[in-house]
Amino acid sequence: MLLIHCPYCDETLPEPEFAYAGEAHIDRPADPQQLSDEEWRDFLFIRTNAKGPHYERWRHINGCARFFNAVRDTVSDKFLTTYKAGEARPDLAKLLEGQK
Amino acid sequence: MSAYRVESHGRIKHHQPVSFTFDGETVEGREGDTVASALLANGKHLMGRSFKYHRPRGAIAAGSEEPNALIGTTRSEGRFEPNTRATVQEIYPGLKTESQNSYPSLKYDIGAINDRLYMLFSAGFYYKTFMWPRSFWDKVYEPFIRRAAGLGVSPTVEDPDHYASRYLHCDILIVGAGPAGIAAALAAGKSGAKVLLADEGAEMGGSVLSEPGVNIDGCSAWNWLEARLDELRGMENVTLMTRTTAIGYYHQNMVGLCQKLTDHLTTLPEGAPRERLWRIRANQVILTQGALEKPLVFHENDRPGVMLAGSAQTYLNRYGVLVGRRPVVVTSHDSAWYAAFDLADAGAEVQAIVDLRDKVQSELSDEATKRGIRVLTSHTVTGTSGRLRIKSIRINPLRGSKAGRAETVNCDALLMSGGWTPSLHLFSHTKGTLRWEDDTKAYLPDQKAEACHIAGAGRGLWGIGKALTDGGEAGVAAATAAGFTTIAEAYPVENDREGTGISLRELPTDRSPGKAKAFIDFQNDVTAKDIRLAVSEGMHSIEHVKRYTTNGMATDQGKMSNMNGLNIAADALGKPQTEVGLTTFRPPYTPTTFGAFAGYHKGSHFEVTRKTPIDDWAEENGAAFEPVALWRRAWYFPKPGEDLHAAVARECRATRESLGIFDASTLGKIEVSGPDAVEFMNRMYTNPWTKLGVSRCRYGLLLGEDGYILDDGVIGRLSDDKFHVTTTTGGAARVLNMMEDYLQTEWPDLKVWLTSTTEQWATIALNGPNARNLLEPFVEGQDMSDEAFPHMSVSQCTVAGFPARLFRISFTGELGFEVNVPARYGRALWENLWEAGQQYDVCPYGTETMHVLRAEKGFIIVGQDTDGTVTPDDAGMSWAVGKKKTDFVGMRSLSRPDIAAPGRKQLVGLLTRDSKTVLDEGAQIVADPKQPKPMKMLGHVTSSYWSETLGRSVALAVVQGGRDRMGDSLYVPMPGKDVEVEVTGTVFYDPENARLKL
Repeated sequence: MLLIHCPYCDETLPEPEFAYAGEAHIDRPADPQQLSDEEWRDFLFIRTNAKGPHYERWRHINGCARFFNAVRDTVSDKFLTTYKAGEARPDLAKLLEGQK
Repeated sequence: MSAYRVESHGRIKHHQPVSFTFDGETVEGREGDTVASALLANGKHLMGRSFKYHRPRGAIAAGSEEPNALIGTTRSEGRFEPNTRATVQEIYPGLKTESQNSYPSLKYDIGAINDRLYMLFSAGFYYKTFMWPRSFWDKVYEPFIRRAAGLGVSPTVEDPDHYASRYLHCDILIVGAGPAGIAAALAAGKSGAKVLLADEGAEMGGSVLSEPGVNIDGCSAWNWLEARLDELRGMENVTLMTRTTAIGYYHQNMVGLCQKLTDHLTTLPEGAPRERLWRIRANQVILTQGALEKPLVFHENDRPGVMLAGSAQTYLNRYGVLVGRRPVVVTSHDSAWYAAFDLADAGAEVQAIVDLRDKVQSELSDEATKRGIRVLTSHTVTGTSGRLRIKSIRINPLRGSKAGRAETVNCDALLMSGGWTPSLHLFSHTKGTLRWEDDTKAYLPDQKAEACHIAGAGRGLWGIGKALTDGGEAGVAAATAAGFTTIAEAYPVENDREGTGISLRELPTDRSPGKAKAFIDFQNDVTAKDIRLAVSEGMHSIEHVKRYTTNGMATDQGKMSNMNGLNIAADALGKPQTEVGLTTFRPPYTPTTFGAFAGYHKGSHFEVTRKTPIDDWAEENGAAFEPVALWRRAWYFPKPGEDLHAAVARECRATRESLGIFDASTLGKIEVSGPDAVEFMNRMYTNPWTKLGVSRCRYGLLLGEDGYILDDGVIGRLSDDKFHVTTTTGGAARVLNMMEDYLQTEWPDLKVWLTSTTEQWATIALNGPNARNLLEPFVEGQDMSDEAFPHMSVSQCTVAGFPARLFRISFTGELGFEVNVPARYGRALWENLWEAGQQYDVCPYGTETMHVLRAEKGFIIVGQDTDGTVTPDDAGMSWAVGKKKTDFVGMRSLSRPDIAAPGRKQLVGLLTRDSKTVLDEGAQIVADPKQPKPMKMLGHVTSSYWSETLGRSVALAVVQGGRDRMGDSLYVPMPGKDVEVEVTGTVFYDPENARLKL
């Protein structure tokens, strides 16, 4: 059972309080009707499927109920960081540096 | 007294006899005995039959790693457990035990014929032997294998015990209370850190319990142990737990512990849980789990009486049992020599010590000679004899790697040692990596993945002195890492037995290796030959070898077999161990009861049962219930003598003819409010909401971004900035989650608030021509006439004096209302309506009638008539999609090529040509039932009922190009017949909606 830091509550809490919510930083297009079929397909279905650090969304569903973002290593299952929705992608190199 | 009991030895209470039974026979043991030690004290080595070949087997070990001696234990009715290790189960008066996998008896087992048929059961036999003819599989092969092979039988009645579950946070968790663990606990405990020391055994001490001759700190080992455990017990910050196994090591230092609380007690304390599962979250973990002894691999190494030398030493020193009076020892490690000396000093006539090495330390051979023991270095063992217990062994001199001429030596036990394997299962659970150390011929911990420390034999350090020192240092390191300060003590140790050895594959033999039954995995009956066969048949990955042979896949998780299997596979592959790699260790470390995992989550606590405020009334009035999501809902209300069919027919008639009352409280409800509420609704739902007037309702359709129908429900506009949204019963949480997702992450600029109100409102639906007649007198604040309150209206008024949100909507096709009142008034309102409704013969109806009535009108149930691949157009609901809208969730997908393409499955009605036949829901639909198989399937039946109203069956279905097939005949193959159906529209009843407009 993972311990996950909610950036809104600023608390590190057990995994059952949270729900995974897919890859992060995939913005819904402002005007989907302008997209080609291929572009829309990519938005719907194409995901990074990372082996290693992965930008992803979680929801503190059984807590403050906020969606937030995280970087988690899919190999070690370790969180490198969590941050609020809407914030820019953290710099991976710096995160990995911090892990050493 | 038994010839095998040694009164002068052991930690058991020799003066307290305890009787139990084994296979119906009374056995006398002593308090402190395990089932295995008590049987051995009575000269009984035969304890079970093996899994595949039904070979006679005895205990090979003295601890939880035991693969052979599995028994069924019974305390009382219902308290039966199969596959318990006899080496772990403590005895108490009245305990009943039985051997497994034998018929008619342990001594004469008919299944032993499998041993002669061993050619059939070689590696991969599942894949090879029983391939054909196919028809034989179900009736011949599988029943035969199931009966012939297997372990214990399942309990047949519900477990009367209960199981507890707890969480605990500590600074330092120490797993294993041998010398290293105790030294670590002492060092860490003195720092003031919160320490938990857990051990799977009945008493703490680990190897110290089997080494009474060692002196620590100037006192005898056992006195030292008692004093130091007392010291730990006296520390308020230290908790000691015995009979507590660390079963798994999970992320961020969470360790699962299973504590056995009552299996050793004579009488059960009232209400005591049988086991307790602990979820420990530790800042630092120290693993001091010691090492496990490896068997030697030679022909017939599984005969009862063949045992690990260290275990024989444990039986003597802990339990006062000589496992044999005339044992032979065969070893590649010094430790077995010490076992031989202990047994000899306790009165055994050790026949010989056979060592595979050319040379051993002169102190060892001198000590053996002093005791009159014959020493045979550079010798091997090539076979054993004796039907149910070993009688003699073949010993051969070694010339290089060749075995010379055999000599037969009589004995009553054979003690073996192939060296020691550090116990690193838990460390491996963390994805910590292991490194092959050629000096110790063992895998040792390398890279750590968690904040943990390993000490003692787990790091390949043999002997009590080194374990104590290393454990103390680990205690200091862990305490320091957790922010505490402490120092390690020094532990001067005398008479320590460190020892070294070598690691071997199968022992050399003078016989055909192809015929050798040299067992590696005793529990799954895997031999060295099986491993070599697997490699020669192309299994070149150790993971494939494992699965093909099942080596290490039994309940002992390969504690004894993994290293020997790996050594032999590496040799067969012609590669060094390091290149062959390791198979994965998985939790649990030892078999764990389902009860412990389930804990409190059983019976009514297994899952939440959600009940509406009107549930009690339904129960009092004889409702039959069905589960819907987590809710229990009234299914139908049978009168005496009625079955489902009769009750539903009556409820349907009553509703259509006069008045039905229905508890719709489980409907999901979400309040959408705020200045941007209408914009939010426009973006979420397919329908246009801007022009929906206040006090009006609309049927809303919600898609996923992929364009498929996700949910639906009637939505009422309460004010410009407030919507009362209803969802399906099962979809409420999902829809709220989706709305929150878009609101928080895509459109955070919208000023909208979402509130789940499902449980705040009780919802009562009234349907039927008399619905208004009943309701009108109760309503204040709303003109109930058709003009003032037409179909699809919503009002905030009072009903029977309760504040209400009143909807005029219909899911039945009849004049209908849904009254929402605060949940606490739900039952009172229901009773008011029920009483006043008697004049209209009001009929309570359940979900089944609701389903029939809506199907007659062609109203879909999301999740029944749709399955996640149905678009609005597929469902014939393009009318619900706002034509002028430029965007909503899923809109772009509706013009994707495959969704716009012709020939999609569309929702249609089906009428059977024979009106009395009711189709099976889920049945497939074909154009021609005579076509060759496999038939082309056009779709399937989604809803099917007997319609009492129409006096015939009706069905909904999804059919390829269905709307172009109106009037066509199709066929539904059902068991025994092909049913001809006509494709129709989806509305079977009152297509003009005349009945809504009363």
